[in-house]
Amino acid sequence: MTDLLKTPLFDLHVSLGAKMVPFAGYDMPVQYPMGVMKEHNHTREQSGLFDVSHMGQVIIRAKSGDTRDAALALETLVPMSIAGVAINRQRYAFFTNDTGGILDDLMVANRGDHLFLVVNAACKDADIAHMRAHLSDACDIEVIEDRALLALQGPASEIALARLSVDVAAMKFMDVVTTEIMGVACWVSRSGYTGEDGYEISVPNNKAVELAEALLGMEEVAPIGLGARDSLRLEAGLCLYGNDIDTGTTPVEAALTWAVQKVRRTGGERAGGFPGADVILAQFDDGAASKRVGIQPAGRAPMRGGTALFASETSTDQIGEITSGGFGPTVQAPVAMGYVPTELAAIGTEIFAEVRGKRLPATVAAMPFTPANFKR
Amino acid sequence: MKFTEEHEWLRAEGDIVVVGITTHAAEALGEIVFVELPDADTEVAKDDEVVVIESVKAASDILAPLDGEIVEVNEALVENPGMINDDPQEGAWIFKMKLSDPSEMDALMDENAYKAHIA
Repeated sequence: MTDLLKTPLFDLHVSLGAKMVPFAGYDMPVQYPMGVMKEHNHTREQSGLFDVSHMGQVIIRAKSGDTRDAALALETLVPMSIAGVAINRQRYAFFTNDTGGILDDLMVANRGDHLFLVVNAACKDADIAHMRAHLSDACDIEVIEDRALLALQGPASEIALARLSVDVAAMKFMDVVTTEIMGVACWVSRSGYTGEDGYEISVPNNKAVELAEALLGMEEVAPIGLGARDSLRLEAGLCLYGNDIDTGTTPVEAALTWAVQKVRRTGGERAGGFPGADVILAQFDDGAASKRVGIQPAGRAPMRGGTALFASETSTDQIGEITSGGFGPTVQAPVAMGYVPTELAAIGTEIFAEVRGKRLPATVAAMPFTPANFKR
Repeated sequence: MKFTEEHEWLRAEGDIVVVGITTHAAEALGEIVFVELPDADTEVAKDDEVVVIESVKAASDILAPLDGEIVEVNEALVENPGMINDDPQEGAWIFKMKLSDPSEMDALMDENAYKAHIA
């Protein structure tokens, strides 16, 4: 086994009493002494600080010097309108493969003279190789190794971060800026993965601890581990790559059609031209056989990832599987998501999950389970 | 009070034994959100999976500590699973059982032995 990597905040996590676990090759905090449920609730009610430095930060620059050329090049790998991302704005995206599956999901920001990407930790090496293989004619790909990434999430995040930078209060959801925080240039986006308002802050490694400590010194802010990050994103209906989406799920099956702009769909000005476009665009027109849905268990028993789904209490044919599930501290009930046949995907459809040999009832439910709280 | 390697405690009350999980186990599991209890009047053998506890992290089985019959379960835990975190070794007892051979209790760990076991 190879040694686990450490983020610049590793010593801080340990000093805060975090329980550290291996995650995507990194030694990461799964929880702090506050505990998963209180950390979850603190983020919904106040502000939580997450170390997401394990994620990949990548800059793409057009060799021509025109960022639109970099955007158009990236559009050959993702079914999004990247050329349509305005300067100082960010968009959710995913890399697709030739069979229409999803290689990774990511954020793409237009920072004027370059594109800035944040990709998942477990996929970053593959993503970087993929971009280098396909974009190097038109673009320079720079992997950012000298910056940490912090997420500050929850309704009090604006009050907290605005004490360190007046620029951040005026930002709207998915805005990006470069702003000086504690004497260094930070790349800040108003985004996150909890369903709450908040920010993601790319900060030089040598200032990361100082910034984290300054934020944690504020009464609104508490450190939050991966455990609560998972329950927060699950309640928000957001996909975890590797669980809810992967190379075997298409964007249409994954109910991520909202993320594919019209300009890339059939009839659009830049329709197709990304890997798996034939499969994906055909599913836009004709539908897919299965769909990712929210699942609300009827009882109190959590239905976790891998749980088999059935159409009735007695049928022997499995119809699908739960991909993420657990207890939702804000909902105060178990919540889950998974894939079912499209004809059983209507909200309110009763299905059954087999938990410890018993068929337990559940209902196809709207997501998010908790209302999104973004600053639009 | 006696303890098992599976982090259960047993306390004799006359010819009945009260069973729960230890403070150490409750802390390790994290916040408990779901408890599934057996029916009272269930015959069990040692190491049968008799109770399911789910925390924010994962599901865990509670095993029958010894052979016997479950005679009562703590229904209050179903509505309020978090009691196990708040008061694991007293109020949040899980079930009561009548042992087939009460002398088997003697072979279990005492408090000092359990403390050494988890150290």
